[in-house]
Order: sequence, then structure tokens, then C-alpha cells
Amino acid sequence: MNVNAELDTISLVLVYSAMAVYTLAFISYALDLARRSADKPAKIDGLVATDAGGAPAARSSSVGAAIGTASTATVARTTAAERRGEGAGRAVREGREKGSPSLKVGFSLTVLGFLIHLAADVLRGIAAGRVPWANMYEFSLTMTLIIVGVFIAVQVKQDLRFLGTFVIGLSVLILGVSTVGFYVSVIPLPPALQSPWLVIHVFVASLATGFLALGFALSIVQLLQYRRELLSLELQAVKLRFLRSLPSAERLENLAYRLNIVGFIFWTFTLIAGAVWAERAWGRYWGWDTKEVWTFIVWVLYAGYIHARATRGWRGNRSAWLAIIGFSAILFNYTVVNLFFKGLHAYSGL
Amino acid sequence: MQPSRPSDYVDAGARGLADPDDERSSSDPRRTDAESSGRGDITQPKLGLVGWLRFAWRQLTSMRTALLLLLLLAVAAVPGSLVPQRTSDPNGVVQYKADHPELFPVLDGLQMFDVYSSVWFSSIYLLLFISLIGCIIPRTRHHWQALRARPPRTPARLQRLAGYRNSVSDADPQTAIAEAGALLRQLGYRVERYDSEARGAATYSVSAERGYLRETGNLVFHAAMVGVLFAVGIISGFGYNGQKVIVEGQSFTNVLAGYDSFNPGRFFDESSLTPYTITLDSFDAQYGIDQTTGAAVPLDYEAHLTTKVRGEEPIEANAKVNEPLHIAGNNAYLLGNGYAPVVTVYDSSGEVAFSQAVPFLPQDGNLTSLGVVKVPDAVPEQLGLVGFFYPWAVEQHSGAYASAHPQPGDPLLTFNVFSGDLGINEGIPRSVYALDTDGMTPVAGGEADAAAIELRPGERVELPDGLGAVEFTELKRFVSLDIHHDPTQLWVLIFSVLVVGGLAAALFVPRRRLWVKATVAADARTTLEYAGLARGEDPTLDQAVEDLAARHEAELESRSKR
Ligand code: HEM
Repeated sequence: MNVNAELDTISLVLVYSAMAVYTLAFISYALDLARRSADKPAKIDGLVATDAGGAPAARSSSVGAAIGTASTATVARTTAAERRGEGAGRAVREGREKGSPSLKVGFSLTVLGFLIHLAADVLRGIAAGRVPWANMYEFSLTMTLIIVGVFIAVQVKQDLRFLGTFVIGLSVLILGVSTVGFYVSVIPLPPALQSPWLVIHVFVASLATGFLALGFALSIVQLLQYRRELLSLELQAVKLRFLRSLPSAERLENLAYRLNIVGFIFWTFTLIAGAVWAERAWGRYWGWDTKEVWTFIVWVLYAGYIHARATRGWRGNRSAWLAIIGFSAILFNYTVVNLFFKGLHAYSGL
Repeated sequence: MQPSRPSDYVDAGARGLADPDDERSSSDPRRTDAESSGRGDITQPKLGLVGWLRFAWRQLTSMRTALLLLLLLAVAAVPGSLVPQRTSDPNGVVQYKADHPELFPVLDGLQMFDVYSSVWFSSIYLLLFISLIGCIIPRTRHHWQALRARPPRTPARLQRLAGYRNSVSDADPQTAIAEAGALLRQLGYRVERYDSEARGAATYSVSAERGYLRETGNLVFHAAMVGVLFAVGIISGFGYNGQKVIVEGQSFTNVLAGYDSFNPGRFFDESSLTPYTITLDSFDAQYGIDQTTGAAVPLDYEAHLTTKVRGEEPIEANAKVNEPLHIAGNNAYLLGNGYAPVVTVYDSSGEVAFSQAVPFLPQDGNLTSLGVVKVPDAVPEQLGLVGFFYPWAVEQHSGAYASAHPQPGDPLLTFNVFSGDLGINEGIPRSVYALDTDGMTPVAGGEADAAAIELRPGERVELPDGLGAVEFTELKRFVSLDIHHDPTQLWVLIFSVLVVGGLAAALFVPRRRLWVKATVAADARTTLEYAGLARGEDPTLDQAVEDLAARHEAELESRSKR
């Protein structure tokens, strides 16, 4: 056994450790959500107060926009809703240290898991003597690392820790499946992958996925929150209660949009970098190879999403659905297309 | 106000609200109704032909249509990933036809094997781009005007606009406003003073706007999309690509006849081929080992070439997988490689009937390769040989051979031999990689009495019945080059850069208006009001108003101390 194989083994142990820590984080986040639906009125963070006052206003303005009578949707947003939104943001910023104990524990564990995960990824890279994203296993390892990294990083601007269950759940799932199912020991890079564009293309794609995953989660919460907001107050007291202390549907939509446009830019760049690389490797920058097709589909879906946000009658739930479909296409592209579709991009290493 | 965007744009109509000409909305920006938002055209009375055309055009260029076409485009792209496409996977199509003989004609009728050039896919994107152009032109015109316009008059009431705040100051109102104007200018806003004397009370204000780059970016982005399509659709017609297999020691000349296969673009002209030659001096392949499976994995392929453009000195050059050779406006990509054993066939008269390097097509990762030798000049009968080449032959339990490694550790060539009519004299084009044995008699191997022949380099085996002999003269390697001339590349790259740049500006530059207003209250002190209006997504607007107010007040404070 040479040194590299040994490093790889250590890396694998670290991956399992990271998964264990993430699982604990996941449990903490889940406890936090459960606590949010617990009986006593939550006075956790600034969002509570704003939600109480803000939700009805938000609902009326978004309904107005949906029917298309209020042509001033933007104004309504920028005045009442946005002000409230920013207010909430500030409240959160001031109350950064707030949050239930389980939320704090969950987040600390996330950071710890991330560091272990990072070490695992770096070691794998050293063992391979190149960037650790050249096959399905390595790609999963790095992609989840970046998803968690983006999740941690955005907290600086915006408290989105309530998405922890989703983000960590998704990451543990991907990590688990890929260590069990896709693990391959270090193998040298086939000539087609020997390119600086591998580094750029795949890294940026992972970054895009990190942002879009958060946008996806927010869109789901948004749809749930919207349903909750439609309920009568009595029903709100019993149904979907964990959403009570979360931002309003409209605020969630705006947050999702901000993350999605960042993801979209990165995705655009991924597409272009992929084309440049394809040109170098295969002599054509675009050939409708299956992987290219799906990258294109994802891109067009998100372009549709951005348009929907600017089209009367398509804001709100419909655009949220587009974001959800868009991210589902990413997951499809990464799983089914990589594993089952035939094409030039046969790099799963399986 | 001329609509700058499709009438079903979320903001349509709403943007008039802070415009001075719109009295009602400036008195209360939140109260608007449908009539004021560009929907008046719906109630148009009778539509003539022109009216209908205008109506259709407006529908086509609406946001909703653009959105639906985008979604349709996404959906329409899916089938091309489910069934093989002629352009990217021609063999897959053939296979599909064999596997699904019933379904194939139906799908083929629907152009499912040419999705991306199909009538339906093309119509979707062409409609989308017509819509896009119909969108860009009026918006460009409008934006051009907006770029030269002054910021609009300050609304009468700021209270209900974003980030509204007020304060009372002892500063002189005119000075305060001049100060605010300077501050805003410093922050990159375009600034305009509006002072008025309404109902006896003097009002001083500045109106400021910034972020024109947002709309510029949006337009650049959309226009660059048109540019990409244009480059791909039109300029690509001038390109061509062709494939050529070159064996070590042999050369390729860039003339039409020099290619094995050639695909010209629509506007291709043969005279545009620059004559040059590429000679394959040698080919190197390096392999590593997969630690788990023990299988050989390729590490590096490198073709050592000599190129010569007419009238210039020959140059030595290399081509690798991710490093194509650039020559005379063409790119030559190293796509495939394999072995080309030199096979010599003697006929019954003992004459050399054939002696050539024959490229064998690799069948697996260890380069077990399949090849065909056709000897039309053999007498008394033509000969055909089909066989395998194993770079590192190992005999399996079944007695069959396999290759253990792609490097030529123990090269072995095996042939089944047929005699008879090769069927190449009728002038029907036949693949050089396939032998039609229907009209031929097995001589060795397969159904023949004699066993298949096996040759190591340098060996010679006599054929039964005095038909001649076959010799494995020498082992060479070949590469297959894909030679492209693609005049779109540069254009597509330029437009792509514009796409990303435009997009970044369109999504992240905040476009907003800010107002600062000073009025003198009854107690003779100055009331200062601040407010803003977002045009498009602007999550930091409130913060911007707050920061402006804070800086302005601090400025006034320090001024009064002086
Ligand atoms: C090739 C088809 C198209 C693509 C890929 C596309 C893509 C995009 C993208 C990515 C954005 C967001 C960036 C930005 O705000 O500038 C956008 C915005 C926009 N697009 Fe398109 N678009 C297409 C066609 C159209 C058409 C046909 C129209 C006209 C009906 C249109 C009108 C707009 C408008 C008004 C915005 C601004 C939205 C906002 O304010 O947020 N687009 N488009």
C-alpha cells in the first residue's frame, strides 16, 4: 500500500466522521423545527414579531399582484414588504446570537462537520495528486462540501439556519449514497479530463448548485408558508406550526430569488466554461450531448423562473414551482443522467 | 409614457408613478388602477388587419409568451437526451432502429433522432428569438431616452415610498438641499433640483437616480443572446470539419480528397481550404493502473507531428487530447488512436498483392482491435481477411484470446480468411471496416477446414490450397484527427462574455431613485424628508435611504459647528 492509498483511507474515515457529525447536526435542526411548533409562543428571534405584523400585509399585496389589478406590485413591495423585510433582516443581524439552543448546537455541529469534510476532501485531492472532483464519488464529496460551505457562508448576510434540516439532510444523503455506492479508489485522470477547465467548470457548477439548493429549500418553505397564511387564525394555531416563527411567504420568495440569481450567474458561467472545455477536448463547443442538454435545460428553466418573477400573475407560487422544478432538474442531471444516460461525459468512474 | 417593457411586466405602469407627468400617482403612489397601467389597449374597439397584426405582435412580445416559450424550449430539449441523436451518436441511432423496429419509424417521423434541428424545436427557438428582438428594440429606444433624461420631479408626498424617514434640522433648507445634492452626486447618482412654491410654502428638493447600468446590462444580455444564435446559425455555414486517420509515417494533405469523411457548412467553398500537410512522426500512449481493479487506464496520449504550410518551413508540433493543434486557421483534435499492423498478402503466384498499414478499430480499453483487409488484386481470386489484433495477447480458458494491456507487450494478429468476390468492383461504396462475406468462401478460420491464422510480428503463414500467404510485417500506430474550421468560435465567445457581463449588471446593479426634500415648518425649523423607489429588485434600498439620511445629517451637523 503506498502513501496515496493510505491518505485516501484516512480521507474516507474523515468522510464517515463528517457524516456522523452532520447527522447529529441534522437531528438538532429537526429538534429546532419541532420546538418551533411547540406550544409556548416562540420569542426566539426578530422574525417572530415581524411575521405577526407582516404576514397579512404581505398576503394582500401578493394576492393583489396575482390578480393583476394592482399594477403597483413593486411599490407595494418596496414600501411595506421590503421595509418589513429589511427590518426583519436587521432584527436578525442584531439578534444573531439568538435562536434556540438546538439551532445553535446544530449550526456549531455543521461548522465542525464542514471542517472534517474539508479535511477529507483535501486529503483525497492530495492522494490523487489533482483536484478531487474527477469522478462521481469525488464530485459528490466536493459538491456537498461546497453546498454546506455556501450554507455556512450565507449566514453572514442572512440567518437561514432554519434550512439546516434540508441542507444537511441533502448533504448527508448524497454523501452516504456516494460513499457506499460510488466509491472508487484513486485512479489517474483520463486524458479527456486533464484540463484546467475541469477545475473551473466543475467547481463553479458546484458553487451554483450550492446556491440553487438553498433557493430550492426556500421556495418549498415559501409554498408551505403561503398555505399557512391562507389558513384562518384558528387553523394556523394547529397546522404547519413550525412555520410560525419563519419569515412570511413573500419574504421567503425574495430571499429565494436573491440566492437563485447568484446561482444562475454561476450556472451560466458553468455552461460557458463547459463549452470552452468541450471545444478543447472534442473539437466542438456544443454538440447536444446528454449532459449538455441537461445543463441547457436547467439554465432555460431558471431563465424562465427569473422571467416569471417579472411577469404579472407569475410571481409567488408559480415562480416558486419553477425554481423547484429547476433544482429537480439539477438533481436529475447529477444522478440519473450521470449514471444511466449514455454520452461523452462518462466520468462517473463506475 | 411609452412602455419600455412588455405590458405584462410586473412593473409596467407602476414606474409612471414617480413621474411628474402623472399627477394622480405622484400624489399617492400606492393607489393606481388597471387603466393607468398600459392595459387600455385591451378595450380597443374593432380591430382591422393592422390591428390584429399589432395585437398578435404584442402577444408575441409579451413577457408571458417569452416565459411560456422558454419553458416550452426546456421541455422540447428533453427527448433529445432520451433517444440517441444522429449528430452526436449515429451508431446509437442504428442500434435503436435494430432494437425497436416498430417504434423507430414513428419516432423518426417526429424527428426524434434530430431533435435539435427538428421543425418543432426550431420553431420554438425562432419564435422565442423573434419575441426577443421585438422586446429588445423598443426597450433599447426607451432606455436610450432614459439615459439622457433628467431624474423626474420629486413626488408631492414621500411618506409612502420606501425607506421614508424625516428629521428636523436647524440648517437653512436651500443649503441642506444643495448639500444633499452634492452627497448624492458623490455617490454616483444623477441629480436634479426641484424647488417649488406650492400653497405658499417653499419646498426644496433633489431628485436623484442611479443604476442605469442595470437596464443596459439587461439589454446587452438579451442582445448577446441574439448574437450567439446569429453566430451559430449563420456564421457556422462557413465552417467545415473532417476526419482523417493517419498512420505513423504517413501524411495528410488538407484538400477535399485528403479526408476520410468531410462535412461542409452551408456556405463552404472548396477554395477556402488552405493546403498544408500533417505528418504523424510517432504516437505515444502512457498508461497507469487502477489500484482496485488492476485495469490499465490511459494517462496521456501524445501525437508527434510535423506540419508544413505551403511556402513555409516544416514545423514539429504535438497534439494531445485537451491540446489541439492549431494550423492555418484550423484546429486538429486528437480524437482516437489505435494500432495499424502492416499486413503483406502474397497471392498464389507469390507476388505481393497487398502491403499496407491497416488501422484496426479498438473494441475495448485494452485495445483488442478489429480490422479488415481487402485484397482485390489477388489472383486467381480476391481475398478478404477479417481479424483481431491483441496488443498483449493472453489465451483464455475457452481458447479464445484477449488483450491484457493496451501496450504491445505480446502483439498477436488473428485472421479469418475468405476468397471470392469482394463486391467492390460494382462501384458501390463499402466501408473499409466491414467485409461482406456473403459471396465468399471461407478459407481459414470460422467455417473453413483450416484454423484461423495467427501471426506475431515478422511471421508469415501460408494459406491453404496454395492461395498465397499472409505476413505481419510490422506494427504501427495510428491516430484519428478531427479537423475543424469553425469561424463561429470567436464570435460565440465574445457574445458569451457579453452574456455573463450583461447578466451580472442586470441582476446585481440596483436601480433606484432617491429624494431629499426640505420644507420650512411653522416653527421656522427645517423638516428634511428622505425616501426612495426601487426599479426592479433592490434589497438594499432601505439601507441606502437610511445611510443617505445619516450621512446627510452628519454633514449638516458638522457644517453648523463650523
Ligand atoms: C432567448 C430567450 C431569453 C432568455 C434566455 C432570457 C433570459 C433572461 C434572463 C436571464 C433575465 C434576467 C436578467 C435580467 O434581469 O436582465 C431576463 C430578464 C428579462 N427578460 Fe429575458 N430572456 C429571453 C427572452 C426574453 C424576451 C423574449 C423578452 C420579452 C418579452 C424578455 C424580457 C425580459 C425582461 C423584461 C427582463 C427583466 C426582468 C426583470 O426586471 O427582472 N426576455 N431574461
